[in-house]
Amino acid sequence: MSALIEARGLTIQRPGSHETVLQNVDFRIGPQEIVTVVGPNGSGKSSLVRALLGHMPLAAGRVVRKPGLRIGYVPQRVQVDTTIPITVRRFLSLPRRISDDVAARVLTRTGVQGVEARQLTQLSGGQFQRVLLARALLHDPHLLVLDEPTQGLDQPGIVAFYKLIEEVRRQTGAAVLMVSHDLLVVMRASDRVICLNGHICCEGTPQHVSTAPEYRALFGAGSEGTLALYQHHHDHDHDHDHDHGHGHGPHPHHHHAEAP
Amino acid sequence: MLDDFFTRAILAGLGVAAVAGPLGSFVVWRRMAYFGDSTAHAAILGVAISLAFNASIYAGTLLVALAMALVVSALATRGQAMDTMLGVLSHSALAIGLVAISFVPQARSDLSAYLFGDILAVGRADLALIWAGAGAVLTLLAWRWQRLLTASLNEELAMAAGIDPRIERLVLSVALAVVVALSIRVVGSLLISAMLIVPAAAARGLSRTPERMVGNATLIAALAVLGGLTASLRLDTPAGPSIVAGAAAIFGISQVFRRG
Repeated sequence: MSALIEARGLTIQRPGSHETVLQNVDFRIGPQEIVTVVGPNGSGKSSLVRALLGHMPLAAGRVVRKPGLRIGYVPQRVQVDTTIPITVRRFLSLPRRISDDVAARVLTRTGVQGVEARQLTQLSGGQFQRVLLARALLHDPHLLVLDEPTQGLDQPGIVAFYKLIEEVRRQTGAAVLMVSHDLLVVMRASDRVICLNGHICCEGTPQHVSTAPEYRALFGAGSEGTLALYQHHHDHDHDHDHDHGHGHGPHPHHHHAEAP
Repeated sequence: MLDDFFTRAILAGLGVAAVAGPLGSFVVWRRMAYFGDSTAHAAILGVAISLAFNASIYAGTLLVALAMALVVSALATRGQAMDTMLGVLSHSALAIGLVAISFVPQARSDLSAYLFGDILAVGRADLALIWAGAGAVLTLLAWRWQRLLTASLNEELAMAAGIDPRIERLVLSVALAVVVALSIRVVGSLLISAMLIVPAAAARGLSRTPERMVGNATLIAALAVLGGLTASLRLDTPAGPSIVAGAAAIFGISQVFRRG
């Protein structure tokens, strides 16, 4: 199968300086694949995504997008200024106008039917992310690109959101490229995980990456690592955990994987 | 009909109101209030240069306002500490303009006409120019409406849709310079940005979509022109400030009826 996006030797420098953000990265995503990019803050995850989309100049290397590729994009931390009055319905018609039927259909697909008349700024965090996803699904994308789509959601919200992503992939056949810090939840939903830290540390199936020493080295110390190790631990040793939980403050699994 | 100075004044004011609504909405949405100030204040320097070279006031203010708008726009792209930078530019432009104008003997006497407008002295040629300029700006904004709106809402989403936010910013800068040039006779350099911001701010709380806000802002600006000019005639108050005071009164009332 031909790749939707393929990048070779990608090197990116921070705009206005010669500081290298990403060094010699190869990347490929095929049809219907779910690929997740994980990495600490400042590891170049968003830069990689923006370079793949063509929003960022390359210092070296090349990106090839399949001709006619339609991409649905949910950027990181979309903030809509409260000075702009805008309903969900109007938002979906930017920049290309769509019919009411199409709007209702995408909103239903992402589980926020009936919010058309609501102001964008009055939606909850979860509803807003689903509206962004709905907008990205307009015009039948071959590839969905989601940059930290669950930021600001609580744990049940995060789990529900990734379930929705898997469902959308099943229904539409769109490939999904995600940047995330919700390590465990997102890895369960992925076909392939790329662990990034200025370069590709390790790459492969979620099982492969979560046991790779490079991955452990990156996430072993922080709270994210706590969750990852806990999961591993949890699979094999239930009783120990219960003992551990008594009177010892919060359970390890209450530590959500949240980047600052 | 156009022989009557009061009719000409009303038509000139309505011409400015017609562009102040849409452009002022963008100024509010993009938080460009200071941007409007510095461009408008630069117009005084334009007046000084026009008088010194015996050129058209409109041409001189347009050129200087355009130069200022482009400088500010370029600085905004570089992401400097914008409020400080704009404060420096805005007040420097005004001060330097006032110093420059003091070297032009015939301008000294009617300085206040350039600072606060002299709408009752608007002639037929002024009127034609104001409406031609307003028509051009409205055409420009209508043509790029969907793009301008998307870029104002979120630059990342705009880029993903193939819109270059820098071009849309340039379009607004040019539109702003044109509006500054054609409003200088009507409300003067000091009050132009008030005409942009106050009606749009009043319209914000009353509107649920961007288009409604533009419509309401235009209507409020037109009401302010009619009310301000009538009051000015009856009470013998200065016309430009009376118009802005009218807009401010409507803003106050609008705050009571806000819809959030």
